[in-house]
Amino acid sequence: MSSSDIRTVELNMGPQHPSTHGVLRLILRINGEKIENIFPRVGYLHRGIEKLAENMTYQQFTPVTDRLDYVYSMNNNFAYASSVEKLLGVTDQVPERAQYIRVIVAELDRIANHLVWLATHALDIGAMTPYFYCMRERELILDMFEEISGARLLYNYVRIGGVAKDITPRFTDMLKEFVKIFPKRWKEYDTLLTKNRIWMKRTKDVAVISTEDAINWGLSGPSLRGSNMEWDLRKKKPYSVYPELEFDIPYYSEGDVYARYLVRMEEMLQSNRILEQCIEKIPDGPTMMDDFKKVSKPIKPPAGEAYGYNEVPGGELGFYIVSEGKNKPHRMKIRAPSFVHAYAIPFASKGYLISDVVAVIGSFDVVFGECDR
Amino acid sequence: MLDEKIIASLQNRFKENIVEVGESCGDSIVTVELNSLHDVLSFLKKELSFDYLLFITATDNPKREGKRFDVVYQLRSTETLDEIRIKAAVEEGEEVESVTDIWVSAIGDECETYDMFGIWFKNHKGPGGEGLRRAFMPDDWNGHPLRKDYPLKGDDFSDQWVEKLLPEGQRHQPDHTRMP
Repeated sequence: MSSSDIRTVELNMGPQHPSTHGVLRLILRINGEKIENIFPRVGYLHRGIEKLAENMTYQQFTPVTDRLDYVYSMNNNFAYASSVEKLLGVTDQVPERAQYIRVIVAELDRIANHLVWLATHALDIGAMTPYFYCMRERELILDMFEEISGARLLYNYVRIGGVAKDITPRFTDMLKEFVKIFPKRWKEYDTLLTKNRIWMKRTKDVAVISTEDAINWGLSGPSLRGSNMEWDLRKKKPYSVYPELEFDIPYYSEGDVYARYLVRMEEMLQSNRILEQCIEKIPDGPTMMDDFKKVSKPIKPPAGEAYGYNEVPGGELGFYIVSEGKNKPHRMKIRAPSFVHAYAIPFASKGYLISDVVAVIGSFDVVFGECDR
Repeated sequence: MLDEKIIASLQNRFKENIVEVGESCGDSIVTVELNSLHDVLSFLKKELSFDYLLFITATDNPKREGKRFDVVYQLRSTETLDEIRIKAAVEEGEEVESVTDIWVSAIGDECETYDMFGIWFKNHKGPGGEGLRRAFMPDDWNGHPLRKDYPLKGDDFSDQWVEKLLPEGQRHQPDHTRMP
């Protein structure tokens, strides 16, 4: 055995580790405090959701999608509903009011997710204060969701063919209030972290990812945009009413943890901008297609297959559904961004320190309900 | 719908190996023979700039005549925004050439497909040269859960496996706690 072999040590991190955002286990091969290699082990939250999907009707599966990434349930519902609509070929028949409501809840949920992400990511790295600020605004969003869907975490609100209920006037008032105060509140998080010297030391030049690597590893969403890639499915592959709304895609060229942080921060403001426009533009009308009003009426898509995807806060969430013309899908594959990101952790953190691994996990926003399915 | 030029150049290059070119719900699907799968995918990445692998998965069709499984690759080009789905039929026990040398993001997906369907990918290279392993299920698991013949509530093996983990005295599991 050579001397370099002796110095290499294996260290087990997780599955019960506070900064792994759930149940990720990483086997770190370290030399001193430097990472030589990482072997990710996922599956501790495996519930067999894809198997369940094959044994459920299309409508029955909607509440299960809530349990994928439980931090952005609305977006999961939205992605699933639009995938099934693509399979049915009714994408453009969804009422416009429903489309706007979907965008409103999706963008609110995006802000809520990024607030939770910011809170926990900062907490992992050692900044405790942002947590309290972020949870304060998230509470406002959860109150809004409670008003329209009755639930605070797992909503089952966006359904196939539209949304479950129309939004209430009280919701609109709360939304207007939120849109007004959010940019001011956002400034507070910005003041706490963006120019903070400790924060910058911990995140700048850590886990630098080039554009080619990011594409090769399959990164998506904010993690890809942090690597100098102007990529957002809402713009590149427009769906729903996004083409009618004005917003920018924030992207940064540095490719480090700090760049991914800036992207997500910027995205919150862009979502706020989308919300402002939605309040102005939302038309009156029905919120559900007539064919899908009764949940008990079975949906039988014609034999075929479709891959539908949405830009969710974590990246690209896709549903590959194979139908054999029955009321249950033959196969449903969920393309989960967290799963892809979990397998990118070894490459991103090679050569950095153990404490940087925590920053890398946080910067990819990996949530294990979705990763393990 | 995919540009016809891409299909044409694929057909030019792999005349005999393309089984079927189709479309479903606006997605382009090309079915190829298993032995040319790796060549087709590497051609798509290198010559036709399909640089982004979205997912790898499989479907199980026990009632179908011929080969039982399909391996499915969904690709996208970040330049032209084109999307294409490549499929190949695989029989039980047949091995598929790994594409981890083309896209690194295939590591997780190949492990998952092996875990769930029992399709072996040869020459798979994980982080640090690690070989193909189960992604979700425990290493000593028996069976592949997403196969159609695997029961939803689990089989005898899974019951025994769970029993072993439970402490003495809690081993009896009432039936109503199981999935129907």
